[in-house]
Amino acid sequence: MIRACTVEELPPGESVRISGTPAIAVFNTEDGELYAIDDTCTHQDASLADGWLEGCFVECPLHAALFDLRTGMPSCLPAKDPVRTYSVVVDRGVIYVEGVANEDAA
Amino acid sequence: MKRVAIVGASLAGVRAAQELRAQGYEGDVVLIGAEAHLPYDRPPLSKAFLAGTASRASLDLLDAGDLVSLALDFRLGVRATALEPANRRLQLSDGGSVHADGVVIATGGRARTLPGFEGAHTLRTIDDAMALRAALVPGARVVIVGAGFIGAEVASTCRSLGLEVVVLEASAAPLAPVLGPELAAVCARLHTDHGTDLRCGVSVTGMDAAGVHLADGSTVPADVVVVGVGMTPVTDWLAGSGVTVGSGVHTDAGLVTELPQVVAVGDVAQFGGLRHEHWTNASEQAPVAVANLLAGRTSRTYTPSGYVWSDQYAGTLQLAGHPRPDDRLSFVDGAPTATSFVATWHRNGETVGVFALNNPKLFNRLRRQTLRRPATV
Repeated sequence: MIRACTVEELPPGESVRISGTPAIAVFNTEDGELYAIDDTCTHQDASLADGWLEGCFVECPLHAALFDLRTGMPSCLPAKDPVRTYSVVVDRGVIYVEGVANEDAA
Repeated sequence: MKRVAIVGASLAGVRAAQELRAQGYEGDVVLIGAEAHLPYDRPPLSKAFLAGTASRASLDLLDAGDLVSLALDFRLGVRATALEPANRRLQLSDGGSVHADGVVIATGGRARTLPGFEGAHTLRTIDDAMALRAALVPGARVVIVGAGFIGAEVASTCRSLGLEVVVLEASAAPLAPVLGPELAAVCARLHTDHGTDLRCGVSVTGMDAAGVHLADGSTVPADVVVVGVGMTPVTDWLAGSGVTVGSGVHTDAGLVTELPQVVAVGDVAQFGGLRHEHWTNASEQAPVAVANLLAGRTSRTYTPSGYVWSDQYAGTLQLAGHPRPDDRLSFVDGAPTATSFVATWHRNGETVGVFALNNPKLFNRLRRQTLRRPATV
């Protein structure tokens, strides 16, 4: 498990980037759901943690490809390939991300 | 509507095809492309593809699954030569024709050239990019005419390949008509900071084996010359069709031409007197144009976001909105001399444009939260 940050450090509507290989972006949606995906857009080198969060989708900050945080699937061009998703757990006020991507990521 | 013909197989045409299917259209879709290639993405042609770091396959707009699910009837390597609305027919350059109830015009443009520059490279198509890449051999001296987006990106890529680059620009600063003098100075600095010899206020008269000749009688030595002076919309084939053509295909606010069964999208579409020659525009117009085509009338109107990006040297430039030269510019975060900053344009107390250098997060926040966008109908 990789420590992301505390719950207080990630209010709804915000995101955080965990550097590493690969870098992982963790999102807290406006509804308070936590999701983690690969941080790097599959289209070009952009940090999805810098993207625009809308519902459970994040829009790449450079070219507006839209990814579903639940599945990692892109829903429009220019991205064609999914990002991997990661399980997120909260333990005693700290957000952790599973270090290995979910198998069922499309 | 049993068959829709999309004329133009680049981004705008592909997006129109996707939208036809997404909006439930189950009839035939014929996609006519002047280039022999399956649809590909153009932005990397001046950047990673030219540099050799992006593969040909990475440019594909449609993967194998898309090709199956969209079920398109491709006519590639063929141009439309005439639109005959009375018989609902398109004539093709191979002598064939296509019967279509609906037509999406997405022919984009061709790179403009300059008299006296026969033998210069232009950059619009993948074939152009491959020809230019082949010419960028070690030691080649590159001269680029025009410091707009294409010229700046090609200069940046050539510098990354270790080549000597001179950029010749007619106006006082690069992109000044779009960005205004302060941000144009930033673009100029990106060039000079990365070793490009940028010369502004220069007029060129022609080229030969020695190089590019300037109006002052001097010659800039060149092995490779690239002309990046904009594009010309491809509309000649519409002569006599009844569709009005000016500097593009005239449409109403919903991208519909005078003929309700003919819409236009992408670089070629001229609405409200303007054309927008950018990726996002080509992508965003499709849902509106296709909805109106299927409805047989203008039920939705298009509002351009005016989003443009460019990668130049170490800079990611992002622009949104439609600033005018007399709008007031203010720096929200960072200074124009910094490697990263965000600035906004203001008019009558409203934010009308956002520009960022290397700050996508704040750029998008301001674009969403402060940028005035005309109401859509």
